[in-house]
Amino acid sequence: MAGRPDIPKHARPYRGFTRRLWAMIMKEFIQLRRDRLTLAMIVIIPFMELMLFGYAINMNPKHLPIAILSADNSDITRDFVASLKQTGYFDIRQEARTEKQADALIRSGRVLFVLQIPPGFGRDIRRGARPQILLVTDATDPVATGGAIAAVNGLAGRLFLRQLRGPHADLAGRPPPFELVVQKRYNPAAITAINIVPGLIGVILTMTMLIFTSLAVTRELERGTMESLLATPLRPSEIMLGKIAPYVLVGFVQMAIIMAAGRFLFGVPLTGSAGLLLTLTMIFIAANLSLGYTISTIARNQLQAVQMSFFFFLPSILMSGFMFPFQGMPAWARFIGEMLPLTHYLRIVRGIMLKGAEWPDLVQEGFALVAFMITVMVIAVLRFRQTLD
Amino acid sequence: MAQGAEEYVIDVEGLEKSFGSHKVVRGVTLRVKRGEIYGFLGPNGSGKTTTIRMLCGLLTPDGGTGHCLGYDIVRESRLIKLNVGYMTQHFSLYADLTVEENLEFVARVYGMPAPRELARRTVRRMGLAGREDQLAGELSGGWKQRLALSACILHEPKLLLLDEPTAGVDPKARREFWDSIHELAAEGITVLVSTHYMDEAERCHELAYIFNGRILARGPAKDIITTQHLKAWAVRGAPPVLADIAGRAREMPGVEIVTFLGDHLHICGPEGGALETTMRDLCSTESVRCEPAAATLEDSFIHLMNSGGGDGRAS
Repeated sequence: MAGRPDIPKHARPYRGFTRRLWAMIMKEFIQLRRDRLTLAMIVIIPFMELMLFGYAINMNPKHLPIAILSADNSDITRDFVASLKQTGYFDIRQEARTEKQADALIRSGRVLFVLQIPPGFGRDIRRGARPQILLVTDATDPVATGGAIAAVNGLAGRLFLRQLRGPHADLAGRPPPFELVVQKRYNPAAITAINIVPGLIGVILTMTMLIFTSLAVTRELERGTMESLLATPLRPSEIMLGKIAPYVLVGFVQMAIIMAAGRFLFGVPLTGSAGLLLTLTMIFIAANLSLGYTISTIARNQLQAVQMSFFFFLPSILMSGFMFPFQGMPAWARFIGEMLPLTHYLRIVRGIMLKGAEWPDLVQEGFALVAFMITVMVIAVLRFRQTLD
Repeated sequence: MAQGAEEYVIDVEGLEKSFGSHKVVRGVTLRVKRGEIYGFLGPNGSGKTTTIRMLCGLLTPDGGTGHCLGYDIVRESRLIKLNVGYMTQHFSLYADLTVEENLEFVARVYGMPAPRELARRTVRRMGLAGREDQLAGELSGGWKQRLALSACILHEPKLLLLDEPTAGVDPKARREFWDSIHELAAEGITVLVSTHYMDEAERCHELAYIFNGRILARGPAKDIITTQHLKAWAVRGAPPVLADIAGRAREMPGVEIVTFLGDHLHICGPEGGALETTMRDLCSTESVRCEPAAATLEDSFIHLMNSGGGDGRAS
């Protein structure tokens, strides 16, 4: 065309695709290398998930805490308890003295089973009277207890072969010398929703509270509005409380939605006290908000804030007992789990909604939440500066 | 009010600030009188913003002392914040709030009585009427800047600290902005304003030129020009010839600054004699006309930067 200068070779629109693509790829890698946090997450997250799913998470959990309420002290009873241990499914945590004590243990979630051995159990076995023993299970999480119940049933045929020799030999073998009565408490029909819905309150509160507040400060920093805020007479505590307060309300609205839907769609009850649940939820919300706020004082931008929240959220879901049985995890994973507020809140919310747990049952969990909240709040206030230094 | 407040609204001495090992402000002394419009000039990264932030208590100085409105800048920063209007370099109001909501928020934060009324009054006073329900993020540059100024003066401060308030604003809006500043100064408000624009610098009562964390010159614009004793020449001719001269003029004796000003080349230097000889040689060898011109404020600043930079003299 007349008057049109020659287009230089390198600028021809359909040439040099690979060169331009390469430029773009190089630029992305340089930026990725500078973004330490993203880089760390690329490496740490797969490792973390591998450790959790490989070692910590167990769908057929063993070493579950059990309390024995025994009214019989014969050799047969002692032998039975020992065999129970041998299955590997049970950790005998406590010898309960009274039925009331045993109930409290299971309600507070400290044990998942109570085994009641009736008076004269050994004598009745020898007489061939087929005595009953009662295994009370906490059925809120059907996955956790299923394997253990099967193991007790399996025991029956193989037991007492030593004691039942001689004149009693005909009692050994079929039918089993005792009758196992299993009483599934709190969720007898083993409906998964019953267990999931209260847990979901905890998970959703963790997610929203953490992400909303972790974005709160970084958003102001990123948009430059923090500078004007700091130039006003607002104090750091006022900024912090002002940022957090609206989300407390948001948290309760979310909770109300889940509880209402759980009740009308899945029939999840609220067995215990609503007042206690609200009070402890308040503490749980405050703990998460403080954590989110702390994150937002560390993160340099909104992306980092979301990454850090995610970093906390992931173990919270996997290690708190929300998705997989808490008792099934090895000791080190349980130790980490105990550090997470969600772990304690799950026990609280399941305890109150499903088991009718009361304050004395939940003291430990309540104090754990308070301790977490105070620690994180102190860090948040110390981290937040009134100046831009 | 504390001591010193009568004479100087800003009275600071030897301010210093480092970030890590980087010294940003190295001993800044400033005295600004009541009702004055004080221009704060200097290249990017020279320490203007850092100094302003120290004045309003957003940064704690590493060294130096001083008072703002009679309050100690380290110990009484909260009282300073109550009486200062600070306009940040970048727009720092909430983009997702409307004009009126932004103003009402600021009014509440400063504890002003009847915040909604005050916000509405300010909208009318600052000529924002008709835009009160528009989201601040959707305003154009000039309107954003006017909103930011409105938010600064809402709480009736006695001192305004404006950090490059007119960056990226069109000439008409700039002119109107400066009219507002002069009106505010006439009401007795003291204004410290940082800028890169020479025409704005010339609208200030006094100037301070900061470079590399030190103040290199201060005083009214005219005084700054005369004390530098710079001589300047205008060289006119055909554009290719001028472009050729511009390329090598800086190596000629007596020449320090070479810049195009519209149709001519502006050449400037501190040694009048040497420069004059160079100019005469140029006129005799090239087909250009040379005539003496007035040194500009910009010449003075570039000269100060060239000679006073690094570890040079601080005034």
